[in-house]
Amino acid sequence: MKVADIFESLDYGPAPESAAPANEWLDAHGRRFGVYVDGEWRDPEAGEYFETVNPGTARRLADIAQASAGDVDAAVRAARRALEGWTDLGGHGRARYLYAIARHIQKHARALAVLESLDNGKPIRESRDIDIPLVARHFYHHAGWAQLMETELPGYEAVGVVGQIIPWNFPLLMLAWKIAPALAMGNTVVLKPAEFTSLTALRFAELCADVGLPKGVVNIVTGDGRTGELIVQHPDVDKIAFTGSTDVGRIIRTATAGSGRKLSLELGGKSPFIVFDDADLDSVVEGVVDAIWFNQGQVCCAGSRILVHEGTAERLTAKLRERMERLRVGDPLDKAVDIGAIVAPVQLERIDSLVRQGVDEGATMWQPSWSCPQEGYFFPPTLFTDVAPAAAIAQVEIFGPVVVLMTFRTHAEAVDLANNTRYGLAASVWTENINLALDVAPKLKAGTVWINSTNVFDAASGFGGYRESGFGREGGKEGLYEYVKPSWQKRTKPPKAAGHTRVERATRVERGAGALPPIDRTARLYIGGRQVRPDSGYSVAVHDRKGRPIADVARGNRKDVRNAVEAAHGSAWPKQTAHNRAQVLYYLAENLAVRADELVARLGHFVDGADAEREVRLAVERLFFYAAYADKWESRVHATPFRMITLAMREPVGVLGIVCPDEAPLLGFVSAIAPALALGNTVVAIAGEHAPVLATDFYQVADTSDLPPGALNIITGARAELVSHLAGHDDVEGLWYFPHDDGAAMVERLAAGNMKRTWIAGPRAWSDPVQGAGEEFLRHATEIKNIWVPYGE
Amino acid sequence: MITTQAKAAPTGVGHVGLQRNPGFPLELDWVREIRVNRSAVERRAATIGTRRSVKKEWQAAWLLRAVTLMDLTTLSGDDTPGYVRRLCAKAMRPIRQDVLEALGARDLPIRTAAVCVYHQLVAPAVAALRGSGIPVAAVSTGFPAGLSPFPQRIEEIRASVDAGAEEIDVVVTRGHVLTGAWEALYDEVRAFREACGAAHIKVILGTGELGTLRNVARASMVAMMAGADFIKTSTGKEAVNAMLPTGLVMCRMIREYRERTGHIVGFKPAGGIRAAKQALEWMLLMKDELGTPWLTPRLFRFGASSLLGDIERQLEHHVTGRYSAGYRHPIA
Repeated sequence: MKVADIFESLDYGPAPESAAPANEWLDAHGRRFGVYVDGEWRDPEAGEYFETVNPGTARRLADIAQASAGDVDAAVRAARRALEGWTDLGGHGRARYLYAIARHIQKHARALAVLESLDNGKPIRESRDIDIPLVARHFYHHAGWAQLMETELPGYEAVGVVGQIIPWNFPLLMLAWKIAPALAMGNTVVLKPAEFTSLTALRFAELCADVGLPKGVVNIVTGDGRTGELIVQHPDVDKIAFTGSTDVGRIIRTATAGSGRKLSLELGGKSPFIVFDDADLDSVVEGVVDAIWFNQGQVCCAGSRILVHEGTAERLTAKLRERMERLRVGDPLDKAVDIGAIVAPVQLERIDSLVRQGVDEGATMWQPSWSCPQEGYFFPPTLFTDVAPAAAIAQVEIFGPVVVLMTFRTHAEAVDLANNTRYGLAASVWTENINLALDVAPKLKAGTVWINSTNVFDAASGFGGYRESGFGREGGKEGLYEYVKPSWQKRTKPPKAAGHTRVERATRVERGAGALPPIDRTARLYIGGRQVRPDSGYSVAVHDRKGRPIADVARGNRKDVRNAVEAAHGSAWPKQTAHNRAQVLYYLAENLAVRADELVARLGHFVDGADAEREVRLAVERLFFYAAYADKWESRVHATPFRMITLAMREPVGVLGIVCPDEAPLLGFVSAIAPALALGNTVVAIAGEHAPVLATDFYQVADTSDLPPGALNIITGARAELVSHLAGHDDVEGLWYFPHDDGAAMVERLAAGNMKRTWIAGPRAWSDPVQGAGEEFLRHATEIKNIWVPYGE
Repeated sequence: MITTQAKAAPTGVGHVGLQRNPGFPLELDWVREIRVNRSAVERRAATIGTRRSVKKEWQAAWLLRAVTLMDLTTLSGDDTPGYVRRLCAKAMRPIRQDVLEALGARDLPIRTAAVCVYHQLVAPAVAALRGSGIPVAAVSTGFPAGLSPFPQRIEEIRASVDAGAEEIDVVVTRGHVLTGAWEALYDEVRAFREACGAAHIKVILGTGELGTLRNVARASMVAMMAGADFIKTSTGKEAVNAMLPTGLVMCRMIREYRERTGHIVGFKPAGGIRAAKQALEWMLLMKDELGTPWLTPRLFRFGASSLLGDIERQLEHHVTGRYSAGYRHPIA
């Protein structure tokens, strides 16, 4: 090209970042990589390798080890051996290592960025300006959390050996999101990068060695899904953290059900991008660029559904098309491209087939007039209009540079459309009206809501999903809890369940006054604020601790569960202010105290008299405790390094199923439901099986305490049956399980259906203020939504 | 490798028969509807220089183009006819001949777009540039504050036009913008435009004194409706000079005005543009926001006094591979 010609045309030319240093590094390793276990490189046990390819050229970069069972086992054993030393090092010691890692990432920032773009296909601008700086920031931030662990998380300790499986869209950044908090909290890790993009993880292993990280603290095993499965199935892994597709997440949820292992899942999305008629439309257009043409749209939180006010749609569409015409697709290492290469042919085919389906279904497709490079895996930016919510492209996560545009009439309809998805990862809201923005943000079912911005991330802010986008948060203080457990949990033996001898045929022990028989009491189900008969028409006998029948309770079935869930959804409780909720809880305590004698007498059938009195007293106190917390479990504002307010809003989980404990029939029940109610959840409680009458007695208290209908629903009956219907109900958002039997496996397996968050709360001493109450309950009763609000006029 | 050449420029502006912006009746609704989200604008502006890059021959060619987009400017109290004559000589031969030859650009029309001076220096500049085709631009209307009596400001324009200035850079009453007196602003610019006659009018908004980007956008729209040929950021005398976010907002308004009226308006960032790299960023902004046709002197100017020196050094570096020194290039 001659200068004189370019002077006339003012075209863009190639502006390549050199790949030479990355190639030198690959060559130095002979373009073949083993696994990194126990601080050293090892050949894979089975001797199997696969190719990793540069998606920008479709050429081989290197051979990567396919780790097999022996490799994974060696890695887990190395991590186990390293665990005690790493934990004992203490927060400050670990902080020094994390700080060193952060520094090393910065020192090698460009090398990592180039390697990332080579392996993944993302534009060098993104790896250089976004991915790698965020990686360094994540390690810095978590060096701080390591330092502060003893101060900020007293009573918690490391979970143990963590298995981590990460995706290919942000290879090193996802590694950082996984490894930094895990190490900070004293865990050791076995991490598997995605098979398409292993290289930066392997380079990271070298950095760990360079900073002298104790061997075995970080182990990197490469391979495809088979290797991932080996990690998930390994019996000595204490926690699994996974980022990837919802389908695989569901398999992992099912596979780990009942294993007692912690699990965090960050899954797919179909995030709405809502444009109101008073938005700055030119900025909206750039927002769309950042939302769906960032990383080729291969972003779990990509704003892939534009919802625009009907009267604004035409203008926005025109502006978008004009902007798309100016986007540049090409060599990921070129410093002047907007969109790089799709990671692999299989992904390219998936995008292509969904786009064709979109056209077949009648939507209008628009692509720029220019064409993509022939070599490598490229797909042009694509905009669909005239899209119906029922279309596949409006429902399915495409994971490519493809966006659909739909219209709404009112802001209520915008919220409905936005929430009309199984996913709930992120949302973007564009309006210049702060009233509207702050009205809409809390109504969106999404873990992250960006106002007038999109795809903003920071280590100080938790990221994670609602609904089938997974559970758990990464980043911020909220993310740390994925990598710790209460210290008491390993020390405390499960309290023994009250010894119940089985059914003994005997006459009722209760006696009425004088010679008269007692007035028969009918314990019904409590649904929607009413005492209702069970659908089945059956009852179950309740026995005292000597096995004598003392009462009957209703035998609930799936229809009762269904009705209870419906009632819970219809309740006015979540709309009450925190102050009002506190008042109701105090009132519950007041009315419980009024019935103290009666409840002590009732409890006397199941526990010793002194214990019964103590239980009632503590139940009253516990209601006071959560009444007090109702307006004090406050949200945070994260200190993110932008001119933005990052609100970590604590929101109720929604409709919570609570399977109540058998021990401490009253205190256990109250301790389980009160935190959920205090924070605005509505509850479907399945009463303890041994002494459900305390739960049914409680509804009398509820009835007199201004608790709105549907806030608390109580079902009695055969636990396993009821739990299966509740855990398998797709309109239940969370489920807590307190009994210590083998029901947990069923709960976690069935919960995989809608990815409801489960808390297998485990055995605990209910009278103990740490085990029986407190922050752990409050945390599980809330979901954190981070709302990013930029400011500045 | 990169095949992003547009088959048809979507906002194609023909070079031929480009009409002056005749202005448009004041539409207050258009002004009131304007929304500018500062944070989002800044975010976009921050990536203009990172999403695009021109290297090697492309960089050299773009920098040569930058020279031709320059209003070579001197606006100092100590300007004299002699200095202005030297400046005009530099405008006509801005790049060393041997550098141009090495670039294969000997036959390209490399000269600055205009020379920009105060009224007193218009006549010597016109004389010095006679036959070169380079127009003289005069800053006017009580530059830089624009607060002298209105009749005198009109008179100043006429005097400069009479003296041979073909372009007039006027300043607006910032107070009109700050108080939302859009009719007053419209009438003022309209009167300036009439006084200019055939001379092109560049309307300086003094963006550093307008408080908000929304004010910048609204003032841009009113100035265009009042008939501005160019809208221009700054006088170079305000505390805050031309900034990319401000420029981005003004470009978006130019696009908006064109969508609404079909009329095409030029853009001139001025003040603080000293480095070749900055010049490239502004050009990238124009190309990506408005299209390549805006990278012509008819629609885009840099107001700059020291930018040329840096471009000269960069061009020589491109030719020799060695970093250049200022003294190797003739000064004005």
